[in-house]
Amino acid sequence: MNCDALRWRRRTPTEAPSGERDIRLTQIVTANRLVDGIVVFQDASGGWSEDFARAAAHEDVRDGLARASRDVAASLIVDPYAIEVELRNGHYAPKALREAIRATGPSVRRDLGKQAEGFAPIAAAHAPTEKPHVSL
Amino acid sequence: MYRYDEFDAAFVAARVDQFRDQVDRRLAGELTEDQFRPHRLMNGLYLQLHSYMLRIAVPYGTLSARQMRKLADIARKYDRGYGHFTTRQNLQFNWPALKDVPDILAELASVEMHAIQTSGNCIRNVTADHYAGVAADELADPRPFAEILRQWSSLHPEFSFLPRKFKIAVNGAPNDRAVIQAHDIGLQIVRNEQGELGFAVYVGGGLGRTPFVGRKVRDFLPQRDLLAYAEAILRVYNLEGRRDNKYKARIKILLHEKGLEALRDAVEAEFSARGGASLELPAEEVARIAAYFAPPPLAPRPATSERVERRRGKDAQFAKFCESNVVPHKVPGYAIVTVSLKPIGGVPGDASADQMDAVADLAEDYSHDELRVSHEQNLILPNVALDDLTAVYDRLASVGLATPNAGLISDIIACPGLDYCALATARSIPIAQRLSERFGDGARARAIGPLKIKISGCINACGHHHVGHIGILGLERAGEETYQITLGGSGDETASIGQIIGPGFSSETVVGAVETIVDTYMARRNGPEETFLDAYRRLGPAPFKEALYLRNAGADI
Repeated sequence: MNCDALRWRRRTPTEAPSGERDIRLTQIVTANRLVDGIVVFQDASGGWSEDFARAAAHEDVRDGLARASRDVAASLIVDPYAIEVELRNGHYAPKALREAIRATGPSVRRDLGKQAEGFAPIAAAHAPTEKPHVSL
Repeated sequence: MYRYDEFDAAFVAARVDQFRDQVDRRLAGELTEDQFRPHRLMNGLYLQLHSYMLRIAVPYGTLSARQMRKLADIARKYDRGYGHFTTRQNLQFNWPALKDVPDILAELASVEMHAIQTSGNCIRNVTADHYAGVAADELADPRPFAEILRQWSSLHPEFSFLPRKFKIAVNGAPNDRAVIQAHDIGLQIVRNEQGELGFAVYVGGGLGRTPFVGRKVRDFLPQRDLLAYAEAILRVYNLEGRRDNKYKARIKILLHEKGLEALRDAVEAEFSARGGASLELPAEEVARIAAYFAPPPLAPRPATSERVERRRGKDAQFAKFCESNVVPHKVPGYAIVTVSLKPIGGVPGDASADQMDAVADLAEDYSHDELRVSHEQNLILPNVALDDLTAVYDRLASVGLATPNAGLISDIIACPGLDYCALATARSIPIAQRLSERFGDGARARAIGPLKIKISGCINACGHHHVGHIGILGLERAGEETYQITLGGSGDETASIGQIIGPGFSSETVVGAVETIVDTYMARRNGPEETFLDAYRRLGPAPFKEALYLRNAGADI
C-alpha cells in the first residue's frame, strides 16, 4: 500500500499534518461496506447509505468517526475516514477529485457505480470527466 | 497447456475451502480486518476505490477456451459483465462482493485457475512471452520453465513473507517480449557454445518509484540449475533485503546499495554452498512438464493464402489488420493473431463477457483451443491457419475486437488509474482514450510506425510508463491532475528507463504535448524506417524539449 496515499485519505481534523485541529472544515464520514465492498456514507442517524445525498455533513467529525469505529468492530464496514465536502449550488460535493470519483463511479464508465444508481453527488454529476475545464 | 494433477487440484480446492472459512469468520466478526487482510491479499482480493477487486492469475498468460468462458461467466454472474486484463497477464474483476469470492474461487478451481499469490510479499504470477511456443524467432518455449517456477514458488514456506513482492519473467526468443529486464528476476533462454539451452539471468529490474533495468548476473545458467539458482537469489534477498522501509525493500534496491559484484558473489556463494544438488531439475521432469506444452499438430500449409490475398486487395481495413495484428507463426501457413483490446476511444485491457466468449469460441474453432494474454493488455490467438484469417477477422469485427492497431501508437498500456485504484493520484484511462482518438489506427498511426505509449496513474508504475517510448505518469498537484512525460524508455532486449523531458502537463494539455513530441519525431526522423525509439536515441531529448517548452504555447510550464 502507498502510505502517502493512506496518510492523505485518512487525514481528519484531529490528524491534520500540522498537528493543529481545524474544525471549520465540513466533512462527511465514508467507508466500504464489509460484505460487498460498496462505498457507503454515514447518515444523520449514524447508519450507512449508498446514497451520497444522505450523508451527514459535520463541522466536527469526531463523533461520526467514533460511531464508525464501533461499526468497524461490529463488522459492518471497513476503512472509515472523513472527507472534505463543500457546498456547490446548494448541494454538498467532495472537494478532492479522488473522492468525487469514489462517490460517483468511474469517469470512463458512466453506466457503473453510484452514477448509474442515481446515488452520485448532484454537484459532481458531471465532475469526473475527461473533458477539460469542467468544474467540480 | 498444463493440466492440474491430483496434487494441484487438491491443493487449490483446499485453498478455496480455507478462504471460504476465513470469509465466513470475517463476516461473522471472528476476524478483524487486520487479521483478515493478509488472507484476502494472498488470495488476490484487494479493497479498491469503489469496491473489492479480485486479481486472477493467468499463469504465463496462457488460457484455454474453457477457462476464458469461465471468466466470462464469472463476469456476468458475480461482477458487472466485464474484466480487465493487466500488464501482469492477469485478469481483474472490479466489483466482486466479499461474500461471493469463495464461490468465484471455487468456479475458478473447476477450470484449474486461482488467485493465489497475485498479491502480497511473495513470488507473483510468473510471466512469459505471449508468443511462447509459436514465435518464429524462438529458441525454446519459456512456459515449461515458468510452470516449474510456478509450482516451486506456490506457497513456498521460505519465500511467502519476503521483504516485498517478487516478480519473475521468462523469455525464449532473442526479441524480448516479456520485459524481463523490468523484473526482479528476468530469465532469457540462450544457447551456449556447446549448443545446450540455458538461461541468461538478470536480477534487480523493476519500475515503481525507483526504476532500474535488471543487471545480468549469469551469462549462462544450465537448465538443471534453474531452481537452485533462483533459490540462491531469493535467499540472499530474503536475508539482506530491507524490511525497514517498504519503498526500499525490492531486490533492485539491494542490488543498488550492495553493488552488482557483491550481490552476484553472494548469490554464487549461496548457490555453491548448496551445491545445487537438492534442487537440481531432473531432465525427465523438465520433459514431463514440457510435454504439456507440446505444440498442436499443425501440418505445414502454403506460406500464402489466396483467400487472404484476395480479401486484402479489396478490403483496406482487413489489409490494415493483417499488417499490424498478424505475425508469422513458426509453422508455415499459420499466423499469430493479436486481438487488440484497445478500441479507439476505449478502455485499454477491458473486455466484456460477450467479447470473452467470442474470443473463446474463436480459440476453439481456429486456434487449437489456445489463447494468450499479453503484458500489453491484448489477447492472442496463437495458432490460426492463414486460410482462416478472414473468418477470424470477421468474427472479431462483429464483436468490436478487430481494431488494427497492434504495436501502433494507439495500442496504449494504461493502468486503471484513479477511475478504479485506491493508490492512484490521477486518471490514466481518459488520457489513453483521448490519445487513441487523436492518433487513431489509420494512415497517420501507420505513418508514425511502432510507438509504445505507456501510462501510469501513480508512481507505482503499473502502466510501465518508465519503459514506454513515450511514458506518461499521472500525479496530483494542488488538487489537480498533472502528467509527467518521459521519453526513450524501452522494455525490449535494449531495455532503458525513459528520461523525464521537463515540467508536467495538465490533463488538458498532455495530449497536445504528445502530439508535439510525435510531430517532432516525424520531422526529424531519417525516413520511415527509423522508429521513434531509434530517432530519440540518436537525437537525444534536446529537440523534443525545445518543441515542448520553447515553441509550444500549449505547455503549462
